[in-house]
Amino acid sequence: MDQIEKHLTRALRQSSGRILASLIKQFGNFDRAEDALQDAAAEAMRVWPEKGLPQNPAAWLHMAAKRRAIDKLRKESRHNAKDTLQAIADIEADKNEMAETDYEIPDERLRLIFTCCHPALSDEAQLALTLRTLGGLTVREIARAFLTSETAMLQRITRAKKKIQTAGIAYEVPGAEQIEVRRRSVQKTIYLIFNESYSAFEGQSLTRDDLANEAIRLGKLLYALDPTTENGGLLALMQFTHARSKARTNIQGQMISLEHHDRSAWDQTSIEEATELLATQLRAAQLGPYQLQAAISGVHSRSPSWEQTDWQQIAALYGALAAFDPSPVVLLNAAMAEANMGNLDQAMIKLQALAPHLENYQPFYAARAELHQRQGSFQSAYDDLTHAIELTKNEIEIDFLLQKRLDVAKCNAETKN
Amino acid sequence: MQFMALIYNAEGSDANYEGGMQQIMADYYKFGEEARAAGVMVAGDALEAVSTATSVRIRDGETSLTDGPFAETKETLGGYYLLECKDLDEALKWAAKIPTAKYGTIEVRPVMVFDN
Repeated sequence: MDQIEKHLTRALRQSSGRILASLIKQFGNFDRAEDALQDAAAEAMRVWPEKGLPQNPAAWLHMAAKRRAIDKLRKESRHNAKDTLQAIADIEADKNEMAETDYEIPDERLRLIFTCCHPALSDEAQLALTLRTLGGLTVREIARAFLTSETAMLQRITRAKKKIQTAGIAYEVPGAEQIEVRRRSVQKTIYLIFNESYSAFEGQSLTRDDLANEAIRLGKLLYALDPTTENGGLLALMQFTHARSKARTNIQGQMISLEHHDRSAWDQTSIEEATELLATQLRAAQLGPYQLQAAISGVHSRSPSWEQTDWQQIAALYGALAAFDPSPVVLLNAAMAEANMGNLDQAMIKLQALAPHLENYQPFYAARAELHQRQGSFQSAYDDLTHAIELTKNEIEIDFLLQKRLDVAKCNAETKN
Repeated sequence: MQFMALIYNAEGSDANYEGGMQQIMADYYKFGEEARAAGVMVAGDALEAVSTATSVRIRDGETSLTDGPFAETKETLGGYYLLECKDLDEALKWAAKIPTAKYGTIEVRPVMVFDN
């Protein structure tokens, strides 16, 4: 990839959500906005190598996309109503502002996220659309996150966009009477974007900072606009998790499990910020799943070492979390906390009961391998790790699991000798 | 834009309305007044029972008439309102005020606009 293409990719990754949100506001149409941005990117590939990289690539892309969209509108308006012409006039009125080099793209992303999360859309459509437009994920990445095919995902996104357009879903932040219903899907969507950054299925890098920062930024925006305890809890959860991101991989880029983190590499400023934020929410005594997950993450974040972790508190918090969300993944974590308290056999019984629900869930096999290993069943541990490797697409995670499997194989050989 | 609110409910379920038939008539009347006053109401009617329905189809040039509705379902189309609203949220707000929303289902769909 040449330099220009790299700059373009970076600008798009950082700002496509913001550019799109603003374009949709102006042109009132998802497809028109996406086409215009795509045209602008193609134009950048032609113009930038000749004229050099613009000072503010994102602003350049936004302006170019706006021009493209206006051109298209004008062509269409030949046989269209006069309100289209009015729209063009309105848009052209702020051309002067567009000429500024320090011009900032208006932030319409919250409007966009609430629109993408409208309850008239299916849950899956809400998440997919938000990831596509705000998260800037490719259809392929979203398809993987949803364990479905690229074609099916593309259809889902297209259908969702069509419904927004034709069903008359307004492009706006909901009023007080609706915000309660919309809030939960917005939280879920932001957290999914954040999680996606931590488990990029493809490519070399385990974390995609842009996405995590994007999710945290959206979380901050949402909390500022709508300071509920759960919005605060969600933000704290993401901050706690992200504060550990530098310790998640070593210099060779290999993944390090929480147990073996160099805790001095954790971002203490973020941890303190998240701790304070969470404390504020907990004082309001309106518990919810995000606050509980943040509290669990907080216990880890403040513990000086893995061994000194307050497992009893972690197990209790997972128990409380299961009351809100009795999903197999939560129960898996509760069982692992119990294992860390020393109740290996009991934890294994609970894990086995979860097996049918987590057949294609890689962390389940990694967790069960861990328990097998501690119980001295090295062959079973080896088999589970093999299964986990088969289910993983991230190269760094594969390296990590391979290393672990090698250790287990050595132990197995030693016990046999 | 215009939205069609299609009112579905199981036939006879009106009788279970809290306060009985008299109350449901009063509530529908109230809804109509409110929607008209707000300038939302374009049109609205109740339909006779589904047992009065006749379905028409032309296949291979042959017209066939069938006694009965398009599809046999428990919940049937009992009436409609055509509403003028600024967006889906406003249409849904009005749909939720239709008395049958309490025991049936109101399906809301935008009226298609053809560009000339």
